[in-house]
Amino acid sequence: MNGLNVAKVVFGAAIMFFLLAPLIAILPLSFTDSVFLNYPIPAYSTRWFNELVTADVWRRSIVNSLIIGSGTTALATVLGTLGALGLRNHASFWSLSFIRTAFLLPMVVPAVVLGVGMQLMFARYNLTNSYLGVIIAHTVLAVPFVVINVLSVLQAIDPRLEQAAASLGAHPVTVLARVTLPLALPGIISGAVFAFATSLDEVVLTLFVAGPNQRTLARQMFSSIRENISPAIAAAAFVFIVGTIFVALILILSRKSLARR
Amino acid sequence: MKDDRKRSWLVSLALVAPLVLFLVFFFAAPLYTMVSAAISDPIGARALPHTSAIIERWDGTSPPSPEMQTAFAEDLRAIDDDQLFGDLVRRLNSAKSGFRTLMPKTRNAVKADPAANDLVAIDERWSDPAFWQPVKTATASTITDRNLLAAVDLERSTAGDIQEMPEGSSANRATLIRTFVVSLSVTLACLLIGLPYAMIAASVDGWKRQLLLGAVLLPLWTSLLVRTAAWFILLQDNGLINSSLTALGLINSPLPLIFNRAGVIIAMTHVLLPFMVLPIFSVLIGIPKNLMPAAASLGAPPLRAFWNVLLPMSTRGIVSGSLLVFMSALGYYITPALIGGARDQMISSVIAYYATGAANWGMAGALGLVLLVATLILYTVYLRLSGEEQAKR
Repeated sequence: MNGLNVAKVVFGAAIMFFLLAPLIAILPLSFTDSVFLNYPIPAYSTRWFNELVTADVWRRSIVNSLIIGSGTTALATVLGTLGALGLRNHASFWSLSFIRTAFLLPMVVPAVVLGVGMQLMFARYNLTNSYLGVIIAHTVLAVPFVVINVLSVLQAIDPRLEQAAASLGAHPVTVLARVTLPLALPGIISGAVFAFATSLDEVVLTLFVAGPNQRTLARQMFSSIRENISPAIAAAAFVFIVGTIFVALILILSRKSLARR
Repeated sequence: MKDDRKRSWLVSLALVAPLVLFLVFFFAAPLYTMVSAAISDPIGARALPHTSAIIERWDGTSPPSPEMQTAFAEDLRAIDDDQLFGDLVRRLNSAKSGFRTLMPKTRNAVKADPAANDLVAIDERWSDPAFWQPVKTATASTITDRNLLAAVDLERSTAGDIQEMPEGSSANRATLIRTFVVSLSVTLACLLIGLPYAMIAASVDGWKRQLLLGAVLLPLWTSLLVRTAAWFILLQDNGLINSSLTALGLINSPLPLIFNRAGVIIAMTHVLLPFMVLPIFSVLIGIPKNLMPAAASLGAPPLRAFWNVLLPMSTRGIVSGSLLVFMSALGYYITPALIGGARDQMISSVIAYYATGAANWGMAGALGLVLLVATLILYTVYLRLSGEEQAKR
């Protein structure tokens, strides 16, 4: 092994350490018995997971996250799937790059800028401090994921399958329900998963639009870090990281099932 | 056949319509609302209609005429809405302090006596043209550039010329410069780490490449808040970094890593590094693998081969990655807000402060507009570059 290769291994390992160590370091702290977020851990316990599900602020924030996440997933998946179905036949006319540009804008515009505008506008329509308002705000950020995911699956579908169904006398709605949608299901699922994950992790728009009754888990983590940090944060982070790995597995499996067909 | 085509268009349109309407209402409209909040100034003209008509003819320097005073008194008597009155006082007080006490006093006096139209008799300050000038500007137009100018620490003088704000009265320009400096530092740090890392990942294959890329993707998929919380815990005075360094005997007292610039740059570099590595990597794997050995066989030492062959060919990836990182860094809120100290707050924090803390929508909107325009310009450049790249393939 020459000097260059040694340098490559050392540098690569160092950066991998930089990337992964913070995520790994936070995991054991969620099992600490102490009230401090420090190493060495004096004794292990699950008291902070208990805190997460029993303390009122945390439990309510988890429930809120589930309500808002489900609402966002439903709204974004319906809007995004319909939109992708409509765009698909005219993808050449609109040109895919235009679609990408237009629908990626919500992800590009800084969240704080969008948040200020939403707070101002939502106040006029009494949407602030309501679940519907937060769900709408999250859907704006989540819907591009659904459009992109569903569109890419739809374009991989062989149009002859649908033509065959139609030529055998199937009504367009039947073709959609029995042929197109089942074939597009992996894309719809991964879009929905991304939508849920986006909602779960969203803080900035929530800060602007939600009231105290719509505090989500991410929003609660934000104020907890800011005001009184406790190992409950590490426990919440543990839940998030395990959830991420779980979601990644679902996505990989749904891609595999797509590839098998 | 033609009818079929038409029908398919209509069906497509009907399918896309809900999505487009949703984004127009809840994405485009909020941005429009924000921009209009930055440039609109309707309070003066709405609250003081009579004054507005009369004060137009005033030259701005001579003593206030009796007509102006009468019109102003009439307008004040007509304001029943306390909310509107409060907005008016705030608007005038932001141009000149003193209105906060002057206005309620004057309003009470003219309301108590319907004949009291001599404002100077009520308060001496009304004889001073300096108190009438803000009234004139506030009622002159429903559109203002006041907030946009204030966003870069400028203001209009009483004569209407643009001038610098007095030293120390506003820190917006300093915030903009700080945002730029922090974003640039983070971009450079990401480039210094990300470029060699992407090169290493592109130079190996099989499980080694999977491992190197997985290490980039896992943090990218992990919640931003979790990553920020992790850095918060690591960087504390008694956090893992400081306690390890102390245990190793390298330092005696903890290094200040949190609530300062260093912590913000470390944490933001960690968060944004994937956006640098992935574009560079995708360009690098397109470069034929035998180019570097070819350069070496022609006698180029490794460094020269890197400088003359590999670096020029990966420029596009480097530029794309840098734009992506810089653009994201400009609008960053959560990480600087939690890891940074009071002197590390970037433009996003100031916008959030104006919007949620001070309820100053005009300033929040103006700074938001500055950030929005900067981001969109960078995004356009980025799209141009990636579009050219696709056209080339």
